[in-house]
Amino acid sequence: MSVQETTSKQVPLKLSGFEAVVITPASNFVNIGERTNVTGSAKFLKLIKEDKFDQALEVALEQVRGGAQVIDVNMDEGMLDSKQAMIKYLNLMASEPEIAAVPVMIDSSKWEVIEAGLKCLQGKGIVNSISLKGGEEEFIRQAKLVKRYGAATVVMAFDEHGQADTYERRISICKRAYDILTQKIKFPPEDIIFDPNIFPVATGIEEHRNYAVDFFKAAKWIRENLPHAHVSGGVSNVSFSFRGNQLVREAMHSAFLYHAIKNGMDMGIVNPTMLEVYDEIPKDLLERVEDVLLNRREDSTERLLEFAETVKGAAKKKEADDEWRKGTVEERLNHALVKGIIDFIDADTEEARLKYEKPLHVIEGPLMNGMNIVGDLFGAGKMFLPQVVKSARVMKKSVAYLTPFLEEEKKKSGMVGKPNARILLATVKGDVHDIGKNIVGVVLSCNNYEVIDLGVMVPTEKIIEAAKREKVDVVGLSGLITPSLDEMVHVAKEMEHEKMKLPLLIGGATTSRIHTAVKIDPVYSGPVVHVLDASRSVPVASELISPNTRESFQQKMKSEYQAMRKDHEGRQQLKNYIPLAEARKNKVNIDWNSSEVLAPKIIGKKTLENYSLEEIAKYIDWTPFFQTWMLAGRYPKILEDEVVGHEAKKLFNDAQQMLAQIIRNKSLQANGVIAIYPCHSTATDDVVLHNENGQKEIGTLHFLRQQNKKAEGLPNFCLSDLIRPATKDKADYIGMFAVTAGIGLENLIEKFKADHDDYSEIMAKALADRLAEAFAELLHQKVRTEYWGYAHNENASAEELIEEKYQGIRPAPGYPACPDHTEKRTIFDLLKAEELGIKLTESFAMYPASSVSGYYFSHPQSKYFGLGKIEKDQVEEYASRKGATLAETERWLAPNLSYN
Amino acid sequence: MVLDGAMGTMIQRYKLEEKDFRNDRLKDHPYPLKGNNDLLSITRPDVIKAIHRQYFEAGADIIETNTFGSTTVAQADYHLESWVYEINFQGAKIAREVADEFTKNEPQKPRFVAGSMGPTTKLASMSPDVNNPGYRAITFDQLVVAFKEQAKGLIDGGVDLLLIETITDTLNAKAALFAIQELFDEMGKQIPIMISGTITDASGRILSGQTTEAFLISVSHAPLLTIGLNCALGASALRPYLQILDEKAPFFVSAHPNAGLPNEFGQYDQGPQDMADQVEEYLKEGLVNIVGGCCGSTPDHIRKIAEAAKKYKPRVIHSAPVEESI
Repeated sequence: MSVQETTSKQVPLKLSGFEAVVITPASNFVNIGERTNVTGSAKFLKLIKEDKFDQALEVALEQVRGGAQVIDVNMDEGMLDSKQAMIKYLNLMASEPEIAAVPVMIDSSKWEVIEAGLKCLQGKGIVNSISLKGGEEEFIRQAKLVKRYGAATVVMAFDEHGQADTYERRISICKRAYDILTQKIKFPPEDIIFDPNIFPVATGIEEHRNYAVDFFKAAKWIRENLPHAHVSGGVSNVSFSFRGNQLVREAMHSAFLYHAIKNGMDMGIVNPTMLEVYDEIPKDLLERVEDVLLNRREDSTERLLEFAETVKGAAKKKEADDEWRKGTVEERLNHALVKGIIDFIDADTEEARLKYEKPLHVIEGPLMNGMNIVGDLFGAGKMFLPQVVKSARVMKKSVAYLTPFLEEEKKKSGMVGKPNARILLATVKGDVHDIGKNIVGVVLSCNNYEVIDLGVMVPTEKIIEAAKREKVDVVGLSGLITPSLDEMVHVAKEMEHEKMKLPLLIGGATTSRIHTAVKIDPVYSGPVVHVLDASRSVPVASELISPNTRESFQQKMKSEYQAMRKDHEGRQQLKNYIPLAEARKNKVNIDWNSSEVLAPKIIGKKTLENYSLEEIAKYIDWTPFFQTWMLAGRYPKILEDEVVGHEAKKLFNDAQQMLAQIIRNKSLQANGVIAIYPCHSTATDDVVLHNENGQKEIGTLHFLRQQNKKAEGLPNFCLSDLIRPATKDKADYIGMFAVTAGIGLENLIEKFKADHDDYSEIMAKALADRLAEAFAELLHQKVRTEYWGYAHNENASAEELIEEKYQGIRPAPGYPACPDHTEKRTIFDLLKAEELGIKLTESFAMYPASSVSGYYFSHPQSKYFGLGKIEKDQVEEYASRKGATLAETERWLAPNLSYN
Repeated sequence: MVLDGAMGTMIQRYKLEEKDFRNDRLKDHPYPLKGNNDLLSITRPDVIKAIHRQYFEAGADIIETNTFGSTTVAQADYHLESWVYEINFQGAKIAREVADEFTKNEPQKPRFVAGSMGPTTKLASMSPDVNNPGYRAITFDQLVVAFKEQAKGLIDGGVDLLLIETITDTLNAKAALFAIQELFDEMGKQIPIMISGTITDASGRILSGQTTEAFLISVSHAPLLTIGLNCALGASALRPYLQILDEKAPFFVSAHPNAGLPNEFGQYDQGPQDMADQVEEYLKEGLVNIVGGCCGSTPDHIRKIAEAAKKYKPRVIHSAPVEESI
């Protein structure tokens, strides 16, 4: 029976890391990475000894990327605590998705190290190795445990008398081990991998001459006689006598593998970088190598040694990473743009400038070509936003280099190049948020549009004036807070008034297709399009600008929005609302007699200036950070995402670097203030605040109540339900806070702006936002456990904080539970937050943008909810409670009105 | 076969208070106990038994004990580590009593009890600290001790099967399998083991990173009766991963999905008929041998599922266990 016939009935060996690895006869040969072995790699040993596990991890990564299907890990070194090193390394491997994808081979001569390793593997790995060296009883004990831990195992051809070094000893030991395993403990035979010992040849010692041949024969016998078992071995051993002569060693490994695989060896520990392609081994060398391996000539060793002397050291060299520098200047610019490499851009731009007739031709030629590729790749989902922003940085740097030459050219000729389509972008009045708008700007400019960015808090008049003056082709409005929706409607009305016909793009976190359709589209006769995210901005802009598509696209959008409006009206009538009085009867049911509110440790105000950024950084929730960069997925899983994981990791590393710099240089300042006051709720959903001793009323907070018809048992929520009504002797408390991490941001990004470095600018803003949120989270925890102290036993991990697994909430005005932004005024006045550098704009946006404010509710039944739509009866009453006019109130609450 | 539905969803209906979670021996326990649902097997066995009964009445063949969080690891949140054996024992005992009641009345339809073993609250192969990826909040050995104590209580209390479920980290599940096999050796007896993983999202992976097939391979060394998937996703979303198990698993296959996905208020609002229609897809395709419900499902859901299950033949195992093919 041939090896082929036996293997066709083979039960596959199944292994796993994050991924399944199923080894069938069709797999041919399984390559086991061997560089993560302290006995085989001096470099790896040094890294482990010096505790540089991060770099040691890269060794494993290189192996996986080099094609290793299993990673062998060995920590057997006298000076190491092998067990601890094994545990630490395996745990770290598990945290790197690209490495953790493949199964692990735990390699040690010490059983305790192997067992410790097995306890770290969620997947099915391989033990390397067990043997009959210590007798049958110990062999059985270990094999049973291997099976119970769920691993396959290498079995060395080794017994009580020593290592097998002849064909006969090899097969008799393997047969004995196989019988014990399969018969006595029912070990699955496909999970047995024999290592029949690869020894060095061409050593000059007579007994060693047949070592390779004996291995080949033993491999063949095992595959033919021990069903389903596998054969493996450490290949580099065979060339041991040619250390230092890479060329010969590589040829020996390849030739050995070629013959071993033919004889049934189906796995092996091989360094893939030390392998020549069998067919490419020079014929004269191959002949001498095979003479040695197959023991074909008496003088084979001498002949190979002789040959080796003539070729010493001529091993193949790794291709240098900067190979791309050898291309033409166009190729280099293209590479730099697509890869976002900024290092050589000035020199390359200069070279191109000298080569081309006019500086403008450099832009229109190689630079635009490169950016078109970037645009296409982004459009096709093959590049991600952080990469695109880096490409744009290269582009801008190159254009900045050319600008003085362009000016000079213009003066000389009086000619201007063909203008590109121009797009005006602005964050509307009252709003300070611009990360999303900046990203849109970058993406558009990558696609050959000229972007005129008016910045933040731009009044309508300025938008209209600039649009006319700059003769733009499209106007894009951005905003994050809800009052901006209304401001956008205002801009649209004014544009209509001015009889403008320019296309209007609407974008930003609170904007929506439905709002655009219902509120903006009807007031403007020109085209209006809601753009969901930056990647959509390019196709929309191009359809709106191209004379071929403009008309039809505009009509399509108009009719689409009209249909949405109709549908929306239809829906309005279906919704079920109840009168405010009825909703109040269905409030959150809290038994105030049995609830006890712990008196806060601090009553009144507490200010925290210049808080440690390092401390704050520990509380960062990274998931929204990736959302900002349009990378979808939850942190930390996103780092291992198949599609965006690689970019997410790079982005994350850059973020960590900048964050460390910000912390080191104290370039941002974090200030915060909290206050806790005695209070009671009123029958009309207000909360009245008292001063520290409870004597004097110092303010009133106004809340709104859900009015949609609820299912049985569900209350009509209102935040004031969480506060005790006025009762004698029993006090209740409410807290409030305002924090910022954005002080200093302007100075920080000034440098980036000067450097045309959008990437760093967006990064800095995104980090400041995260720090502000983290500061809010941190302060909330301090309030719960310390300043108020109602949850002093709480011991939540960072993850649990992010998932809000704690008692109490911190809703913010302008967000779903209390959507009225104007209530921030009360908070800010009580906290004197402006003294800490946080201001409110006319739309009640906080400036700096990286700021958070809100209330603290402590009651155990506190939870977040969305107000939803409310009816006119409540809006009227709310307006009178606040002392505001109905029209004003309706304007601020526009998104929440159930009526038009 | 039909498994029961959610326990937590049903307990919520009783609007229980702190006092319901206490008895004489617990009256001075210094920490709040409300929310420790497993404890109700001791303090309010009437409630738990009533829920078990409702599921049997709805058509379930197997009910799960109210012991999902009854390990020392999870009970540490309530400082009730020393109660773990008793909670498991009582949880098993009362479920046994209800099952026996039903079997006695309908001998042609025997009812079974599966001892529920949840994932604990800590993961063995992932770090809770992003800045220290090599850190582990719990070791394999600690999990083995915890699971062994739980399994002992369940077996002593009379369960027919053990169900390791809602697996978010395969290494935790491997520790449970290790513990159970050690316990079997020590007790000199074995009962069937069911295992059920949780695919967390559309990436098709369990939380600790494994694909469905990698998960299957990683637990196949143990003598399993069934392998399956539960929780996190609604019935339709689970289907592609059940197809993988159907194709590759040499064991019976189970599924107990959620009643859809939670809405923005954390409530499950998929109706019984909706859920049963989605589950019926599996049955039509012959993907599964055992069906039931997880979060959000109620006796009404199980009744509809049981009705659907009657119409179809159970799945046939395609890939024979290794032992038989040799």
